[in-house]
Parts: sequence; C-alpha cells; structure tokens
Amino acid sequence: MSDTDDVLLSVKNVVKYFPVQASGLLGRSKEFVHAVDDVSFEVRRGETLGLVGETGCGKSTLARCIMRLYDLTSGTITFDGKDISSLSVRQMRPFRRDMQMIFQDPYGSLNPRRRVGSIIGDPFAIHGIADGKERKRRVQEVMELVGLNPEHYNRFPAEFSGGQRQRIGVARALALRPKLIVCDEPVSALDVSIQAQIINLLADLQDELDLTYIFIAHDLSVVRHVSDRVAVMYLGKVAELGEVEGVYAHARHPYSAALLSAIPLPDPASAAERERIILVGDVPSPIAPPSGCRFHPRCPKAKDRCVQEDPDLVPRLDDIETHVAACHFPVADGENIADSTPELSADKRIVEEGLVGNV
Amino acid sequence: MALLEVEDLHVSFRTPDGVLQAVRGLNFKVEEGKTLGIVGESGSGKSVSTQTIMGLTRGARVSGTARFQGDDLLAMSSRQLQGIRGAKVGMIFQDPLSSLHPYYRVGWQIVEMIRSHDKHVSRQQARTRAIDLLRMVGIPQPDQRVHDFPHQFSGGMRQRAMIAMAMSLNPILLIADEPTTALDVTVQAQVLLVMKRLQEEFGTAIVMITHDLGVIAEMADEVVVMYAGKVMEHGDRNTIFYEQHNPYTEGLLLSLPAYGGERERLVPIPGQPPSLITLPEGCPFRPRCPYAFDKCVEEPTPIEVGRATHTSACWLPTDTRRRKKLRQEVLAAEALPAEAK
Repeated sequence: MSDTDDVLLSVKNVVKYFPVQASGLLGRSKEFVHAVDDVSFEVRRGETLGLVGETGCGKSTLARCIMRLYDLTSGTITFDGKDISSLSVRQMRPFRRDMQMIFQDPYGSLNPRRRVGSIIGDPFAIHGIADGKERKRRVQEVMELVGLNPEHYNRFPAEFSGGQRQRIGVARALALRPKLIVCDEPVSALDVSIQAQIINLLADLQDELDLTYIFIAHDLSVVRHVSDRVAVMYLGKVAELGEVEGVYAHARHPYSAALLSAIPLPDPASAAERERIILVGDVPSPIAPPSGCRFHPRCPKAKDRCVQEDPDLVPRLDDIETHVAACHFPVADGENIADSTPELSADKRIVEEGLVGNV
Repeated sequence: MALLEVEDLHVSFRTPDGVLQAVRGLNFKVEEGKTLGIVGESGSGKSVSTQTIMGLTRGARVSGTARFQGDDLLAMSSRQLQGIRGAKVGMIFQDPLSSLHPYYRVGWQIVEMIRSHDKHVSRQQARTRAIDLLRMVGIPQPDQRVHDFPHQFSGGMRQRAMIAMAMSLNPILLIADEPTTALDVTVQAQVLLVMKRLQEEFGTAIVMITHDLGVIAEMADEVVVMYAGKVMEHGDRNTIFYEQHNPYTEGLLLSLPAYGGERERLVPIPGQPPSLITLPEGCPFRPRCPYAFDKCVEEPTPIEVGRATHTSACWLPTDTRRRKKLRQEVLAAEALPAEAK
C-alpha cells in the first residue's frame, strides 16, 4: 500500500465479540454480538481516516479496540511500529501518551465537580510529566491553543457552553501532544454554527501539530469535509474503503450508495434532482449476522451468490488499488439501483410493502 | 383562512436567575396540506412555541393567539384542548422510546388512542385500523407486530409507529418536533418518505421543527428561521435557501460543509447564542453578526424583502445589489487578519 514508515496505525483482522448475557439454566453464554468482525486497514501519518456507518455497525467498538480500551477477540493492532494488541494495562500506559480520544458528549465526558485546569492537567499528572507551576503553564498553553481563555483555568465545566466544553475535551486530548487522536462523534452534539468552529479547530491543530485523526461520525457531509480517506462500515465489517473523492463520487457498495443518497442536502434544487435509494428494513441483529454478504437481506442488487459467499474487500470495476469494496456486484458509475429488484427468493430478504420506490 | 394562525406569541418562564424569554413575538401561518418548517438551534424557541400552542408547557407565562380553524387554542380549557390534541392535531416527538409507553403493546396503545377520542369504535375495529396504520408506515407483518412491545421495535420502527399513532385519527395537522434527529440517515430517509406519502394521501398539513437544514430543504414549503425566541426570517423554501436576506440564515447555511465541490474551510458563526435571561439590546444576533452597524442596537421589526411572502428582521438594505456589495466588503475584511496570521 505505502511505505511502512508512513503508517502510524495498522489494524489487521481485528475481531471483537461480546458475550450475550445468557438466560439459560447454567448461565453460560453461547451467543456473541459480532461487533467487529475481521476489519483491516492502515492509517498513515498526518492523514484523517473517516469512519462512517449507522448505529450498531461497530465503529465505536473498533475505536475502543484501537485505543485498547477493549481487549481484542483476535487480530493485531500495530501502533508506530509496535504490536500493541496484547499489551497489559501497565504496558499500554506509555503508548497512551501518543494516542488520545475525543468524545461525543461534552457534558458527560467532563467531571462537573472538577475545575477545568485540573481536568486538562490530568494527563500531565497521570504520566508524571509536569507539576506545580510548570503544569499550570502547560495547561494554559494548551487552553490557548484550542481557543479557550487561559484565565478560565479555575472555572467549572458548567460555566462553559457546549462548544467551549468540546474545546476542553480537545485540550485534554492534546495536552501530551499525541500522535493519534480518535475523535468519536466530536461534533454531533453541537449546534451547526458551533460545529463549524470545532471542525476548523481540529483542522488547524492537525496542520500545526502534525496530528493523525480517526474521525468517527454519522454525518456524512462532515466526514467528507474532514477526511482524506473513508471507511464505510456495516454490521461489523468494512463495506468500502478509499479516498474520500473516490468513495463519494463512485460508491461501489450498494450500502455506501444508499447511505450517501440518504444524506439530506441543504439545497432544495439538488435534493429534488437526485435519486434516493430507500433501504428496506433495519440492520439485522449482530448476534446472528446474515450469511455471505451481511447486507444481502436489504440489498437491492442481491443475488444467490451474495447469500453463500462473503465478498472480499478488493478494488472493483476499474477502481484504483486504494479504493476497495466488499461486493460481488458493485454499482457501476451512473447505474441507478433505486429501482432494482433483488434476484433472491423472498424468504432470504426483507420485504416491506410500504417502502418500495421513490416518491 | 389558514389552518393554524399564530400571532404575537410570547412565552416566558420564571427561573431562579430571572425571567427566561423563550419566545418573543412569534407569527406564522400553516396552510392546509402544506408543510411549514421551523428551523433554529437549541434555545431558539422552536419547540417551546408549538408545545405552548398545544397546551403542553406548564408554568409558563403566555400571551398572543393561536387560531386553529378559527378558534384560539390558547384561550381553550384543557378539556377542549384534549379533544383537539390527537384527534385534529397529531404530534410526533424526537424520542420515540419515551413517547411510547414501555409497558403496553404498540397495538394496544394505538387502539387506546383511537378509542379515547371515539367511543363508538369497537375494540375490534380499532385493532384492524391499528394494523392498517402500521402497514401504511411500512412495518413488516403488521398483523403480528401489532402485539409487540415498544422495546421489540427498532428505533426507526418505533418512530414509524409513533407516526402511525399520530395519524390514527386522520388529523388535519401534524406537528413533528425533530422527528428524525435520533435516527440514522437511511432510517431518516424512510421516515421522511412515510411522512410525505401520508401528506399526499390525506392532505395533512405538517409543522416540521428541526435544526437540520437538509430535512427542511427536503420537506418544507415555507420556512421560519428562529433565533433567540424571534423569527429572523420567513419565506418560501427557495427564497430561504437561495435569496436569504437575514445574516443569521446566511450564517447557518455557510457553516455547513458542502456536499459536493471543493472542500473549502468552513465559515462558522463566531461566538455563541445569547442567554435568554439577559438578552442583548436590539437585534439578538448583533453580537455575532459580521454586518452589525449602529442601527442594530434598535430591535428590528420584520420587513418585507422583495415580495410580501418574504420577511426578515434585519436592518440591512432590502436591495440585493447593495447587500451583495456589503457582503463582499465584510468577507474582504475578514480575510485580512487570517492572512496576517
């Protein structure tokens, strides 16, 4: 793919299953939620990889696996050339300086009873890097960096607005100048006018500090804006992966195509023009995911092969090597799949009378 | 006569910190069979206003009128309002899980809804109707799923069940408060499609409250843009998206990432919305507005821009050419410090 020196993070065949609480007589669990199932990709230094997908697709679980907040069921995670997939909590500690996380909820992720200065100072305290006056100086420095007033060092989170709180979260993540920041829905709880402030801030910081981001979001316009490459996930697997322009303009996987066509566009003329692909049904249970291609019960292009054979994540049609999709029957440029009917017997797919076709 | 006509609605709440002015002089009309979009950020008063109209705000000081088919809803007794809520005006909220009772089966809740407004309907008839409604909103195997509990439905199905319930008495008006905000995009597309279909079939008018300009672009005929309890701009959909007058509307649209084309740096609105307890003098958007000038310390009244159906509460010239020139000047001034950096 690229120089190994260039790769900051490599995720290989990562699997994460969660046991389901058994209600049986012996209380032993035989069922598992297949949250992340054989996911592989690389993140290069200085780039932003967008991770999109809907509720339950495994994007947040994957992020927590990368951060080693969860133990992997199997697979390898290599960070900065070192395999971190089976390190203990103690062994992980030095790596945590270099990988940080920003969370969605600027209210829930900050302790309301602690002062901002001490929240942002935590990383310094935990890693024993600076204390006393030196810590305060460095905290104020990072506060300034994210656009907070350093004089507000002694305030409580409640004294800040949602957008400013998210800046506190960013400051905390930045305190130790990490190499990688995993942003889990960092702007989805914010109002649009504030959202843009935080997105610009993250972009500026990336330029200034050479950061690498994994940016998880369900808002596809935001992901397009911030990412260099994007991975579309469905039910624990990567459905499509590639440069943003390629994936957005030439979505090969019918799921990516449907997802992209569903974005509500803030532009009435283009909204009226485009063909929407309305998917039937809901995401199936990750406890017993469908056989073959996991998308087949909802896919407008599904054929028998999709039920039997799990498609590989490889370049499709004439795509460049770096644009890969896991689909046997990829969507061609200009192909309209809104009106296709699957060549599958009804018992193998989801049928909903009320939702066929477009208005 | 419009179906719903809200005039000079004021809503305020007493809080320990002072009086919170949630809505300050709201005017709008909803025509039969049309969709009115109300867009605004948190705290703009968009939800409070419709909740007040339906008699769902407690402890608020309310003034103004809200004529529904000619009768003022704000002057009605709670009993009279109960007869209208559900029967003539259906309501859908953001979170379907907290709007459905977890203890009762979905079908039972719809049956109850139908029978509480019309005692002449038998339980059996109501149940058949409930199944039809669930089928209409695209729930698979409605004759079986009617016996499910809300937790057995997925998020999208719950919201569709809510719509089914709101539509169960063929209301003439549907108030949808952020109906798709909690849903994933593909599910959102399903729900919006269902709403459009129902509107086409039954001619229901819709008031769509949302912060999502994409949803507005897709659904609304007319748009009201609210900020700090006031209507900043009001016009038909295309006017709001393509010929907006108000700097707040412009700011909202500019702060969104473009879906196609070049990925340019976003243009956020600086600062944050004002506190509703200590509002700034004059125009509430003044502290964040790039165009603000001396006159803005006076409260602007909505003026007609170009045509009678387009109003904007702003002192900027209504002449488009003069406004465009101003915009260029402002953009040029903003670009300077960034380069100096």
